[in-house]
Amino acid sequence: MIIEPRQSVSLLRAGLAPVWAILAAMLICAVLIIWTGTNVLTAYGLLLKGAFGSAFAINETLTRSIPLIFTGLAAAVAFRAKFYNIGGEGQLYAGALAATYFGTGLITLPSFLMIPFLMIMGAIAGGLLLLVPVLLKTRMKVDEVVTTLLLNFVVLLLVGYLIEGPWKDPMSLGWPQAASIIDEGVLPTLLAKGRLHLGFIIAVAIAVLIWAMMRFSVLGYEIRAVGYNAGAAEFSGIKVGRTVVITAMISGGLAGLAGVSETAGLKGYLTLDLSPGFGYTGIAVAMLAQLNALAVIPAAIFLSAVYVGADAMSRAVNIPTYIADVLVGASVLAVLCSVLFSQYRVRFR
Amino acid sequence: MGDIFEILLTAGFWAATIRIASPLIFGTLGELICERAGVLNLGIEGIMTVGAMAGWMWVYQGGGLWGGVVFAAMVGAMFGLLHAGFTVHMGLSQHVTGIGITLFASSLSYFIYRMLLPSATTPPKIEPFDEVAIPGLSDIPVIGEALFNQSPLTYLAFVSVPAVWYVLYRTPLGLAVRMAGENPVAVEAQGINVLSIRTAAVMVGSGFMAIGGAFITMSWFDAFYFGMINGRGWICVALVIFASWRPGPALAGAIIFAGLEALQVRAQQSVGAFIPYQFFLALPYVMSIIAMIIMARRTKYPQALLVPFRRGERV
Repeated sequence: MIIEPRQSVSLLRAGLAPVWAILAAMLICAVLIIWTGTNVLTAYGLLLKGAFGSAFAINETLTRSIPLIFTGLAAAVAFRAKFYNIGGEGQLYAGALAATYFGTGLITLPSFLMIPFLMIMGAIAGGLLLLVPVLLKTRMKVDEVVTTLLLNFVVLLLVGYLIEGPWKDPMSLGWPQAASIIDEGVLPTLLAKGRLHLGFIIAVAIAVLIWAMMRFSVLGYEIRAVGYNAGAAEFSGIKVGRTVVITAMISGGLAGLAGVSETAGLKGYLTLDLSPGFGYTGIAVAMLAQLNALAVIPAAIFLSAVYVGADAMSRAVNIPTYIADVLVGASVLAVLCSVLFSQYRVRFR
Repeated sequence: MGDIFEILLTAGFWAATIRIASPLIFGTLGELICERAGVLNLGIEGIMTVGAMAGWMWVYQGGGLWGGVVFAAMVGAMFGLLHAGFTVHMGLSQHVTGIGITLFASSLSYFIYRMLLPSATTPPKIEPFDEVAIPGLSDIPVIGEALFNQSPLTYLAFVSVPAVWYVLYRTPLGLAVRMAGENPVAVEAQGINVLSIRTAAVMVGSGFMAIGGAFITMSWFDAFYFGMINGRGWICVALVIFASWRPGPALAGAIIFAGLEALQVRAQQSVGAFIPYQFFLALPYVMSIIAMIIMARRTKYPQALLVPFRRGERV
């Protein structure tokens, strides 16, 4: 048995790879569902209905996809340059911290300035947090995976300290949470009913922007070149270190935006349960999207549907909600496999 | 400062240090074995979680303690096999596979725990490993109480260090493992299968990681909590770099880290009024980053770390 590269990979074959991966992940979860004693089709039917079955459900699914689009883009951009930023979770909270610092009364601007201002501050905060790991990587060859992972824990503890201590909202009746974002900074909801807010439009617009940047700009070309072959890129005159640092700033900034949109859009104030692991799920989003910024949008909506649907499913039948996390983990592994088999073929001889 | 100096003289502090060091030793040795063979295993956080759950569950369902340890190691090895299948045999990204394994293994652990114990509001407890005093040695003041009155799993952790060192540096098998991480082509030239060596190393290493997780639920605590590993796996990955991929320094690193953690728990009580507790909790993570920076200039990565090996392909 030998594995050899395919001569050409058709667009259809490449596009179907994530679909096969999702089916494989659903098959793995089907085994677990059978174990719970629920009919697999019933369970997945409930999941689908929970995610898309009503206007309210669709609204909720799209709302939950907003942070995933941002963290998915963050991972997609960084992974393109083979810079493994696993610190999306920490950068998300850094963005939320910035939104809380500037958005709770320190500065008051009219809404059309306040919202972009908070977004920019959140992006800067996310980028700054990633500056330490990226400089350690480019200057001293310290592995970025471990440093970004470890910083997630540090940032979460910092958030815990701030909202239990100096930033604690005195009106919160003892709950550890920061003061609310002032009205001018709150992202308005898009529809009369439901929680879907302006963040969705911003997220989609930024995804298109990032896609265009990666495809048409010099920087995008350099990022891809560094990812494919850093040595060759260096040889052809691309400043690899500089490119990786810029990539990281973009990546951290995108994850920071997720924090701003969750704080100023969904919750209105900062808490420790702002993100149930959006930073990590963003990696799954990016992998399912095969690091394509436009494909991040459907991938984020799909995984968001899994979470929203799994909540509804576990309320209806006795399946633990962790099934959603299992599906996310399994799909990361499955998509690695399916992409491989879209590029290579197995020949028996 | 006087307070801290006093703490350093108590047997309780050293006993705690040794206890906290034990899972780090297992985890660091496990990661070290994988990386020495050329495979970065970022599944460690999830494999420790699954080990913690599997070992505990085995005992909770009526099995013996040592049976639980073996079961945890076997489950860990199975996830190692999965990791090796992806990274060694298919040559996929070790970074992404590892993160995927962590997401998959930890969520699977939580799912299985919830399935088997659907209505448990307070985590049920097991009868964990008892301390075993080593006759004679445990009577030595301070040191004896700290070192020789520990759980059998702690002794196992400390015995594992020279054992792993011996196998890696004094046996043909160890040479093959280290060569697979440095120069796989040379290994192949000797007629040894690189893929098998790497697969075996990742499985054994993952088994060690899982025992590290099991230590936490079966010896340190007596129950399984969600989020219980809490980044210990990642700290182990940092410790391997800190130790320059050598078992002896890995042991030293684990003890230094555990000492800091034991110290912070005690310092919280004395200066906790002035310094918020989150500062102390953040210390191990910050220290791990600092340790990696300190060693950055001196480390010699295994040359073939992260490089997939394909037979007959030119390097």
